[in-house]
Amino acid sequence: MSNPYIVLPVIFQLFVAVTLMFSWTNKNLQKLISVVGSLIALLISISLLIKVNQEGIQTMQAGGWIAPFGITFVADTFSALLVLLTAISGLAVSVFSVGSIRNARVRFGYFPILHLLIMGLSGAFLTGDIFNLYVWFEIIIISSFVLITIGGEKAQLEGAIKYVAMNLLASVVFLTAIAILYGLTGSLNMADLSLQVAKVENRGLVNVTAILFLVGFGIKSAVFPLYFWLPASYHTPPPAISAIFGGLLTKVGVYAMLRVFTLIFVPDTFLTTVITVMAMLTIFSGGVGALMQNNIRKVFSYLIICHIGFMLAGLGIYSTLALAGAVFYLVHDIVVKTNLFMVSGLIFKIKGTYSMRLLGGFYKEQPLMSLLMAIPLFSLVGIPPLSGFWGKLLLIQGAMDSSNILLIGFILLGSFLTLFIIAKLWSEVFWKDPQILPKKEHIKYFDELKPLKKRAMLASVVFLSILSLGIGFGAEWVMRIAMTVAENLMDPSAYIQAVLGT
Amino acid sequence: MELLLVIIIGLLYAAGIYMMLRRSLVKLIIGLILLGNGANLLIFLLGKIVKGEPPIIGPNEKMLGEIYADPVPQALILTAIVISFGLQAFAIILIKRAYKVVKTDDLDEMYATDEDL
Repeated sequence: MSNPYIVLPVIFQLFVAVTLMFSWTNKNLQKLISVVGSLIALLISISLLIKVNQEGIQTMQAGGWIAPFGITFVADTFSALLVLLTAISGLAVSVFSVGSIRNARVRFGYFPILHLLIMGLSGAFLTGDIFNLYVWFEIIIISSFVLITIGGEKAQLEGAIKYVAMNLLASVVFLTAIAILYGLTGSLNMADLSLQVAKVENRGLVNVTAILFLVGFGIKSAVFPLYFWLPASYHTPPPAISAIFGGLLTKVGVYAMLRVFTLIFVPDTFLTTVITVMAMLTIFSGGVGALMQNNIRKVFSYLIICHIGFMLAGLGIYSTLALAGAVFYLVHDIVVKTNLFMVSGLIFKIKGTYSMRLLGGFYKEQPLMSLLMAIPLFSLVGIPPLSGFWGKLLLIQGAMDSSNILLIGFILLGSFLTLFIIAKLWSEVFWKDPQILPKKEHIKYFDELKPLKKRAMLASVVFLSILSLGIGFGAEWVMRIAMTVAENLMDPSAYIQAVLGT
Repeated sequence: MELLLVIIIGLLYAAGIYMMLRRSLVKLIIGLILLGNGANLLIFLLGKIVKGEPPIIGPNEKMLGEIYADPVPQALILTAIVISFGLQAFAIILIKRAYKVVKTDDLDEMYATDEDL
């Protein structure tokens, strides 16, 4: 079923970015265009998900070249779901930026770059061509390089160097893997590769290529031995930028892994063992790393790593139930992590510091806002019926079916560590007696902001918190979508048939 | 020709990784550039290097012969070169800015991101 409208989420973001560039000097107009554009993008992606749900997998062959010769765009449930989540995150961050991003950063083109980043993310989720995926990854990283350095503070530049170096390395590894894969099969179309790779006789070389992909995507999604760039860089840019990074950038690596390791490389025992061990160590090192931190944004950065481990565990178990758990967790995590970094931004705006030791008395001073912040914090822990619980439940059920007791232990350990860290954060930041902090000159405090800016920042946190609650209480619907996605991942024949039309 | 390219690619990868392991910022970027060039040559090599066999279907034939110069890898390399050009330009400006702000070229001296608040 060929449908040219599936690239509309991508084209529309480009359109918004170009429009923003034409209003370069008018900051208020930029904010308006960005918010309205994000709203329309959300509607477009909702309609895409509905269409895919009703009519099955949609494809588009660029330039009318029949697959596998041209570049294919594919929207199955998984892609459409992630495009929707990207649009949701994008809208929240765009609204939050209206309140929190300084005019100096807006003058250097913050909003156009933000929309180009979201365009790259949507493109990466929709493409059905492995080289095209590489190109979208490059668009994502070049936009994120600009966002992480915009403002040019000392910590930002140092964090950016680590971030840029590791991401460029990941791109080279990914490109090398594509080169070898093309040499082996002579194809770049992911659906066609699924058939071609199965025919290759040199299984050793196929496994080497698979490991190269694993390393390339592993750096991008920050899994165990390759995650060190993340806690060194994610806490340096302004909170709005951290929010979109923490919510989406690592998840695109997870998406690529889930796609490549179910469609192109069907994992054998060797690969699933490697992935499972990586998942266990990722959960462990992320959790323990977060224990040691004092900066709340660093705590959240380590928790990103810890929870990437859960999604990787789903792939390591490799059953329908476990993959559904990973997909459910992915949905929950994108919403919650975006929200948490915005929450940390709110705390900073009110108190003027990120340090847990110095913060305190937040509950006494801002009781309503504290209750609002409790929603994402405890969703992250996964206290039933909040959203983090259901994904983990599916994962543990999946691990139980494959009787992988060790992995269950690590998943429970990760949950426990998260609970401990959030409880510690809650008692330090919200319940501890307040300390008198000296007013800093260069910070614009929350009270000094215009009412519109205050409302914008609160509105985006409220929006994502309600969504978190929705995922938790409406788990049945999300579960149904996650199960569909997992079934399609386990049996890619429908995907292949939709692309190749045979 | 293939053997020569294989050796060059191996050297480029090895030199790139060696340069990346040094502490100097400039060497880090040079290492990344070398790695990128190695990857581009690898794609070129895997597109089967042949002489005088253009990918053109003759008037009396229905499909391409067994051996022909594959045009796809060249398109891929062109894309990869353009992308890496942009990224490297950005990276070079970044290290220049970082040098001005941090006032050091040594990666070990860059620990502001690890400092406690």
